[in-house]
This record gives sequence, structure tokens and C-alpha cells, in this order.
Amino acid sequence: MGRYVVRRLLQMIPVFVGSTLLIFLMVNVMGDPVAGLCGERQCDPATAAQLKREFGLDKPVWQQYLTYMGNVFTGDFGTAFNGQKVTELMSTAFPVTIRLTIVAILFEIVIGIVLGVVTGLRRGRPIDTAVLLLTLVVISVPTFVTGLLLQLLLGVEWGWIKPSVSTDATFDELIVPGLVLASVSLAYVTRLTRTSIAENRRSDYVRTAVAKGLPRRRVITRHLLRNSLIPVVTFIGTDIGALMGGAIVTERIFNIHGVGYQLYQGILRQNTQTVVGFVTVLVLVFLVANLLVDLLYAVLDPRIRYA
Amino acid sequence: MRGATHARWAAGAAAVALAATACGGGGSDGDSGGGDSAAVLSSSWGDPQNPLEPANTNEVQGGKVLDMIFRSLKKYDPETGKAEDMLAEKIETSDSQNFTVTVKPGWTFSNGEKVTAKSFVDAWNYGASLKNNQKNAYFFGYIDGYDKVHPEDGGKQSADTLSGLKVTGERTFTVKLNQKFSTFPDTLGYPAYAPLPRAFFTDHAAWVKKPVGNGPYTIESYTKGSQMALKKRDDYPGEDKAQNGGVTLKVYTDNNTAYTDLMAGNLDLVDDVPASQLKNVQSDLGDRYINTPAGIIQTLAFPFYDAKWNKAGMEKVRTGLSMAINRDQITETIFQKTRTPATDWTSPVLGEEGGFKEGLCGDACAYKPDEAKKLIEEGGGLPGGQIKITYNADTGSHREWVDAVCNSINNALDNDKACVGNPIGTFADFRNQITDRKMPGPFRAGWQMDYPLIQNFLQPLYYTNASSNDGKWTNKDFDRLVNEANAETDTATAVEKFQEAEKVLRDAMGAIPLWYQNGSAGYSERLSDVKLNPFSVPVYNEIKVG
Repeated sequence: MGRYVVRRLLQMIPVFVGSTLLIFLMVNVMGDPVAGLCGERQCDPATAAQLKREFGLDKPVWQQYLTYMGNVFTGDFGTAFNGQKVTELMSTAFPVTIRLTIVAILFEIVIGIVLGVVTGLRRGRPIDTAVLLLTLVVISVPTFVTGLLLQLLLGVEWGWIKPSVSTDATFDELIVPGLVLASVSLAYVTRLTRTSIAENRRSDYVRTAVAKGLPRRRVITRHLLRNSLIPVVTFIGTDIGALMGGAIVTERIFNIHGVGYQLYQGILRQNTQTVVGFVTVLVLVFLVANLLVDLLYAVLDPRIRYA
Repeated sequence: MRGATHARWAAGAAAVALAATACGGGGSDGDSGGGDSAAVLSSSWGDPQNPLEPANTNEVQGGKVLDMIFRSLKKYDPETGKAEDMLAEKIETSDSQNFTVTVKPGWTFSNGEKVTAKSFVDAWNYGASLKNNQKNAYFFGYIDGYDKVHPEDGGKQSADTLSGLKVTGERTFTVKLNQKFSTFPDTLGYPAYAPLPRAFFTDHAAWVKKPVGNGPYTIESYTKGSQMALKKRDDYPGEDKAQNGGVTLKVYTDNNTAYTDLMAGNLDLVDDVPASQLKNVQSDLGDRYINTPAGIIQTLAFPFYDAKWNKAGMEKVRTGLSMAINRDQITETIFQKTRTPATDWTSPVLGEEGGFKEGLCGDACAYKPDEAKKLIEEGGGLPGGQIKITYNADTGSHREWVDAVCNSINNALDNDKACVGNPIGTFADFRNQITDRKMPGPFRAGWQMDYPLIQNFLQPLYYTNASSNDGKWTNKDFDRLVNEANAETDTATAVEKFQEAEKVLRDAMGAIPLWYQNGSAGYSERLSDVKLNPFSVPVYNEIKVG
């Protein structure tokens, strides 16, 4: 187990370097960011040159990348164009997005798995068909449509919620945005769980458990569900990263000042430091979430062992 | 792509929802007469691109804040745009080159410090100095000694202070310019010329976190990137005291969300009504929607560095293109009359006296498809048989109008392929390609005035090698007339000279004027006396709440 973790951690290094290099190059290809700082006029050349020097943009790309990575390892993610440290931006943006992600994941786990179990156990019944249809609708409607619709209905028409989230972005304000963010994944979780449960229901160990005379609840939670959750856990694990990075649309609709907002603004303003910094952290989140998922397999299914 | 679909959808959804609710809006307690001078209003905002230093703020979001927390020597009248004395008791000159400024007594910063001549001189020196990276430094370029503190070639600066600025008393200082510039005092309302307290220099980091100024508001709290709370300043010495208790600026990533928030009664003032909502705004807000001229003009500039566009006869092609654009139709259908077809190269906010002259462009800006076709043929046809209009696709719904302009040109020339749009992903990249002189044909050029003077609409844009002369148009007669106008002490004669220069620009069609842009805003039932100034910034201090 220990050796497996170490091996996986070592594998992360090339993935990390490769992905940050790619992002760095991509942002660089977009051209000179200083040009966008002076509005509809050319920056005066002296100031532009000075700014470039300050942000290290006058050096060749490889050198910029090395300096940047060197700084990252000492915890310095550079400075955004508005004079704020990128770490400062992160410290305000990540908590918000993490809260949003938690809400979304909770929705996925609670609603998704419950619906999956219910439909998996009642295959072919009306409830199964109804939920299947519903998930089909949710999957086929883009997030921004669901988001804007809920915002208008709940926020403007019925006045149940505020259409936008305040600066504090507390958990209760994030319920609707979280639901919107989770909606598509939630539908997938339902379907995955349903298929998995339906399949395993007919397996030998379930029949044995039933034959032993175990109570139904115990058969379902202990034997059936635990074995059926492996694909679902994989999905949710990778979804953590996807939700955090993919919240751009939801965050825009509900005016949440999280990671998506900072990334969007960073890209528009071609702010290399912000974009690379945030993406680097997202890459890390992705890698760690994947590792945790793999480790969770062993917990769920004792037959899986890592050496 | 996504943004566009999203916006269009939102428009439809909003229309449906609002029709159903028959217009919501925030409920508030009755009396609309007096207004509660302690009540705070909330207003939409965008994250300022640069730190909030006066000489470093060159966009409207940071400008909003500066407009509330600073007062300069002059202030532009919110309605007429005329520069009026604010902190200046008098500004005297005998030769249009040496000015003596007297600051009014009794002014203080909100931290209690007195506003003196030194507050101005220190601030201007800071703004001009290369080492401070101030993006508006070029504003001080007219002051003597600028080349020493801000060498053009980026070399080392040989002085820290402008030799043209001298403090001569507690409330007086002199300004020596490096050229004659008769309307110089009228430029002093621009926020870059604001005075700064000592705290700015002694503890700069703390000041930037929470700027301190001399205006009618003080900053109570500032959470960068999300919100700023401004409070009315009770000891404000000026006459334009705040009529409300304060303003909370909320950052919105998407102006559609801000509009929705206004509809839901969650926000009081939106000063950037999304293009997609313009169709509904009258029915949503009725007379709580304002649409007033702003000092912004949109033009199409040409790459004069490209021989194809600069050879003789091309002025006919350029004029022909101008005549092929149906401005009336585009401003009506695409912009819902938030733009006005342009008939000169300035802006209506200048007023007749200030140099705006309706119809100066004449036939060259009228829609005459047949003549357009003839002119373009006479001039030798479109270079390469096709023109590409370059624009940035990330903001401002530019795609819609560029496509419409191209359609209009194509129809006039009976050729489907005469004109196509050439979108560029981000504004920064767009600016980059302009600076690198890579424009393949006409490109979008927008100009928001710095101060309401005709000089500001002509010199920075069309004077040889001027800072915003992106097309690198150059014309000796134009330059000569501008120089003469600047040296003129009599304003009326100066304006006439500028208009003569404008006629030179017209005859060569150095840029195609498209339309004047309006500022638009919508507000909740709680507010009254909402106005936009010529810079399309709400006049916050005059807004009454309740």
C-alpha cells in the first residue's frame, strides 16, 4: 500500500510538469498581455517595457517557465496585473469554490445514489422509467439553461432566493447554484448506480446473503451497494476536479466569485500568472482526487489490493 | 460562442419571465419626494483592471470609484460636460504655456489632511515618473521636463520630478508646458490630475488597499474583486455633497446577472444594460431606464502602414465604404437606438460650442449604395477584392454590428464576399496585433474621451504618431491645423481650427465614423435623480434614495 502510494506520487511529477508547461505555453501563445492594459490606445513604450520587465515577460519563454516553477515551489505564484498576489486571489476564490463543490458533491451522492438504488431495485417499474426520463432531460439540457431558468423562476418570479450570491457565499446561498452545477453529474450518478445495482442484484453473493436470511436493508447496504459503488466512486472522484474547474458557467450565472471567475478574468486579461497558478492548483486537485479514488477501491472491494 | 448563445437565451427567458410577473422590481416604502439622506444604494461594478491609483486608472470601473472619492482642480458638469472650477480658485496664463494655479482654501482629505498645492504637485510628479508604472503617465507629457522623468525610449530617467512644476506658496503652484496648449486647464478634470495625501507616499500598500481621497465619499471597506462599500463623507467641504448615505459597489462577472438582480430587487442601479436586454428594457423599467449620449465614438480605422490601403485613389474607396454602411438601420435594429449615427468625428456631448458639428461629414457618411459602388470602382476597387473587418469578439457585442456592417457593404456592392468579419479572441490579443501592425484591413476603433474637448477626439487619434493613432494615418495639413489650434488662445477660434482639421480628415477619410455611443442605465423604484455624466458614469452623489 505504502509503496503504491509513493509510486503514484512519483508519477504525478511528470504529469504536473507537463500540464503546467502546456498551460504556460498556451497562455503565452495568446501574445503580449501588456497590450491589453492600456484600453483603446497603445501603451506608451517606456511604461510597457518597464511592466514587461517587472512581470518577467521580456525573457524567453523557457526562462519564464523555469523562473515561474522555481517560484511556485517556494509558494510564490506571482502577482496579478491589478497588483494582488495570486496566492491572495486563491485564498479568496478557492474556499468559495470548494464550498460550491461540496454542495454539488453532496447532491450527487445523496440524491444520485438514492435515486440510483431505488430505480436499480425497481427496474422496469413506473418510478424507474420516470427517473430515467428525468435524467435524460437533465443530461440533454445545458447547464446554463438550467441555471438561468432556476435563477429566473426562484430568484425573480417567486422570490425564494436571491438571484446572485453575496460576497460571503455561505452554504445556504450556494444550494441552488450547487444543484445546478451538480445536475448533469447527478443524472450520470443515478444512471451508473442504477445499472450497477441492477447487475449485481442477480449475482451469487447477493443471492447467498438473501438465502442466509439477512434483513433486506443489510443485504442492500452491506453487500449490494458496497460492491456496486466502484464505478460511481470513480466517477465522483474525477468529477471533483471537473466541478471545480468547470464551475465557470455556473459561477458566472450566479455571480459567484470563485475559481471560475478568476480563471475567466485571467484568460480575458491574458494574465499568465493567474491562469497558470489556478490551473496548477486544479491539476493538483485532480491528481490527488484520482489517487484517493484508487485507494478507495481497496476499501470498497477487499479483493483489490495494492502492493 | 457560448457567451453569445447564453445571452440570447437569457433575453428570451427574461422576456417570458418578466411578462409573466408583469415587472417585479424592489418594493420599498413610499415617499419619493425628499429621499433618505442616510440610505445606501447598491450599484453594479466590474473588477478594476489596475490598482486604484488616479494616474493608473484608465477604464470606467476604476474611474467610477475615483469619481466618488476624488475631486480635481476642475470638474466636468454632469450635464453639459463643461469644465468648471472645483478645487481651483483660479488658473491664470498670459501665453497659453505658463500657468499659475491657485487652490481654494478649506479643502481636506477624508483623513483630515489639508489639500495644498503640494498635494497636487507631488501627485503629478508621481504619475509622470516612469518608475511608478502609471499607465496614464502620458497625460503629463505636456508638462515641461516630462522627457527627463519619463524617457520615451525606456532608458533610465534622469530626474524624479517634473521641472515644469513649482510650488510657489501653500495654495499656489506654477505649471510650465513644453508647448502652447490653450485648453490645458480644461483637461484638469481628468482623475489622473487628482491631488494625493501624504499617506499615499508614506504607506503606499495600505493606501492602495483602502484609498483615501478628497471627494464626497470615503471608502468604508474594500474586498478586492467582489465589493466596495462607500460612505457619505460628512465633513466634505465641496458643494456637491452626497445626497445619499453611501454606495455599495458589487462586482458582477456578467451584466446579465446584474440586470436579473435589478429585476429581483436585489440591486438598485445597473449602469451597463446588456445588449441582449435592450429590447425588453422599456417594458421592464419604463422611465427608470436612461439612455443619454456619452463621449464615445466608434470608428473603422485603416492600416495606412499597408501600401494597399495607402496608395492614391484609396480615399475614394474609403469614402465609398463609408457610404455603403447603413448606419440608421444598424443603430436601430442592432443597438435599439443606444447608438446614434455619426456625422462627424467628435461627439454630441461636446455641444456646438465645444466643437461638435452635426453633418460635418456630409454625404460621405450618408447611406448611398449606388454612389458607394461607383466610388469604390473609381478608386480601383477593394484591395484584394475583399475587406476583412477585424474586431475583438470577447466583449461589447462587436460581432453583431461588424456582421451588419459587412452585410450592408455586401448589399451595396452586390457581392456576397466583398466584406467579412475577422474576429480575434481577446481584447489583449487584438491590441497586440494592432500594435504589431498586423491588421489585414479596416479594424474596429473605439474612443472614449478623456476630457470633453474637441482636441481629445482628434489629436490622440489622427495626429502623426499620436498615442492612439492605430492606423498610422498621417497628413501634414491636419497636423499643422492642430498645432495652430492648440496655440490659439481664443477658444472659439481654436475650435474652428480643429474643425478645419476635421475636414481634412474627412476628405481623406482617415477613419470611417460609425456611431456615437450612449450610456445606458436602469435603476430600481427606490432611486430618483439618476443621471449619467458624459463619461457614462452614474452621478452617484446626486442620486436620492427612498
